[in-house]
Amino acid sequence: MTQRTTPLQRQPMVQIDGLWSMFRSGGRDVVVHQDLDLRIERGELLSIVGGSGSGKTVLLRQMLGLVQPQRGQVTVLGKPAAQLARAGAASRVGMLFQHGALFSAFSVIDNVAFALRELGTLPDDLIRDVALVKLQMVGLSPSVAHQMPASLSGGMIKRVALARALVMDPPLLLLDEPTAGLDPGSADTFCALLKSLHEELGLTVVMVTHDLDTLLELSTRIAVVADKHIVAEGDIAHVLAQPHPFIQEFFLGERGRRASALLHTGTPMG
Amino acid sequence: MTDTAPELTPQPSVDGQTLVLRGCWNAAQLAMPQNWQRITQALMQTAHMTPTCCAWDLRAVSRLDHTGAQLLWNHWGRQWPTRLQLSPHQRAMLERVARLTTPPPERASGHTLLLKFDQALCRLQESLTDLLRLVGQLAIDLVTLLRAPQRGPWRDVSGHLYHMGATALPITALVGFMIGIVLAYLMSRQLRQFGADTFIVNILGIALIRELGPMLAAILIAGRSGSAMTAQIGVMRVTEELDAMRVMGIASGFRLVLPRTLASALVMPLIAVWTTAAALLGGILAAKLVLGVTPAYFFATLPDVVPIGNLWLALGKSVFFGVLIALIACHFGLRVKPNTDSLGQGTTASVVTSITLVLLVDAAAAVIFKNVGL
Repeated sequence: MTQRTTPLQRQPMVQIDGLWSMFRSGGRDVVVHQDLDLRIERGELLSIVGGSGSGKTVLLRQMLGLVQPQRGQVTVLGKPAAQLARAGAASRVGMLFQHGALFSAFSVIDNVAFALRELGTLPDDLIRDVALVKLQMVGLSPSVAHQMPASLSGGMIKRVALARALVMDPPLLLLDEPTAGLDPGSADTFCALLKSLHEELGLTVVMVTHDLDTLLELSTRIAVVADKHIVAEGDIAHVLAQPHPFIQEFFLGERGRRASALLHTGTPMG
Repeated sequence: MTDTAPELTPQPSVDGQTLVLRGCWNAAQLAMPQNWQRITQALMQTAHMTPTCCAWDLRAVSRLDHTGAQLLWNHWGRQWPTRLQLSPHQRAMLERVARLTTPPPERASGHTLLLKFDQALCRLQESLTDLLRLVGQLAIDLVTLLRAPQRGPWRDVSGHLYHMGATALPITALVGFMIGIVLAYLMSRQLRQFGADTFIVNILGIALIRELGPMLAAILIAGRSGSAMTAQIGVMRVTEELDAMRVMGIASGFRLVLPRTLASALVMPLIAVWTTAAALLGGILAAKLVLGVTPAYFFATLPDVVPIGNLWLALGKSVFFGVLIALIACHFGLRVKPNTDSLGQGTTASVVTSITLVLLVDAAAAVIFKNVGL
């Protein structure tokens, strides 16, 4: 969003140092992350992958300040993540929840405009115009503006949720399974949308996904969470070279080979 | 990233005036009341300037987001000013806003009063039809249950019995006890004026056993368990659990409505007796303290002055209240639509309707059974 490079800009978007996450479940502590380090630079599109229950979503929630680290630090935009959830958070970080988490009592346009309206000063017609622009940026027609979330399809819910996450133009966008539950066509268009938004708005995007196509198509960097750590991070070639069993299983298993083969034959990878 | 307040300053230049924008033109900064006031004032002052006589310079703006761009675009009357200096990035942002700004879509036409009335009537009719269907289904399910009692949802019934009955004992006892004390205190003052102290037994006996016990119990259970039932079934509707049951071939009537109604019909008379007992206890205590009527006298006289018919009437009414509360709760639960508003409205409507109906039925019963037990 900024043109001039200030020293501030050179600091990473997200910095995680020695993070421990624990939960009490069934009377005993379950350690999800142990001494996890991760650094996310500005303008990156980082994908976090890992098996089910490896703590990918917890990692996102740590970055959002929804979960407190047991030990270690999570710094987002130069501030501890716990301070993120305070007033004005919508201008710093946008989150696309797995199931959209739209406010079911509000219409589409009120959902998108919610954060702006909450500021209390801006006039209604300006807010409405901004919300309509955002709706169209995510590829929805203005005619859905007055529909209720319950009457939308899964793909439309994701789009509205994305418009809502982007309404204050936050520099950091977190996505939890952005293409889960979408048909391949919608997933492809959603991917293209994310890619263009990432380029146009200069966003930093952190994405948790299981979808190999999305992963290979979008990510500029991949971080693999397994055994409570980041076991590999880097571009796809670097990650693939790691001998960790999860990586071999995930990328080079039957499904992984098929996805990357398709990608190689279809469009040459950047 | 440095968040400085947005500014707009006119500067004289060679060809007329240049409006120089500085600072951070994003939603968070613009929405600060002092910034917003300053910016709108500054924009108002420039409104009279024709687009040809002034130039806009955005190059000193440190951050421009869609809200800021939209504000400028709207201010420019949704067209490009003739002289505009800005960075390529800002141009891209403004171009996107310019391309996507559309007139707001028409909202569905406003409802006239008559239309609203018509809708309300339709809803009422629909609601009544649904309720009738629910009652019919319950009758069918009851027959099914009688034919094959071993296949009935007995575990559910017992669970609901526990939640509706056992866990409601403390609160109903407390409320009953308090009402008993209050009633006895108020009555004893009046009775003493006539020297009719011993009639406290008649008044408390008839009032509590016949009317107040069952009614208090019904109102408390309607508020406590009726709302819970509506919310449970409503959430099941929201999370598609009802549909999941249906595709497994499990009828929601048989598994959700029937056990709740059965449990409620069983629990209600028991809770009514319990509440009545607690209220009588409170009454006896107050009568002893204020009038000196001994508990022994109370217990000896009670069977004589309150015919047993009153107890049967109370029990019968309670069973009916129980069925009523459960049916209303299930009815509103099944009508919940998948959004948070509807869930709240359904729960409120359920409690209000069941309490109102309990009072109505109670009044009707008082008239119909005026020859029983008096």
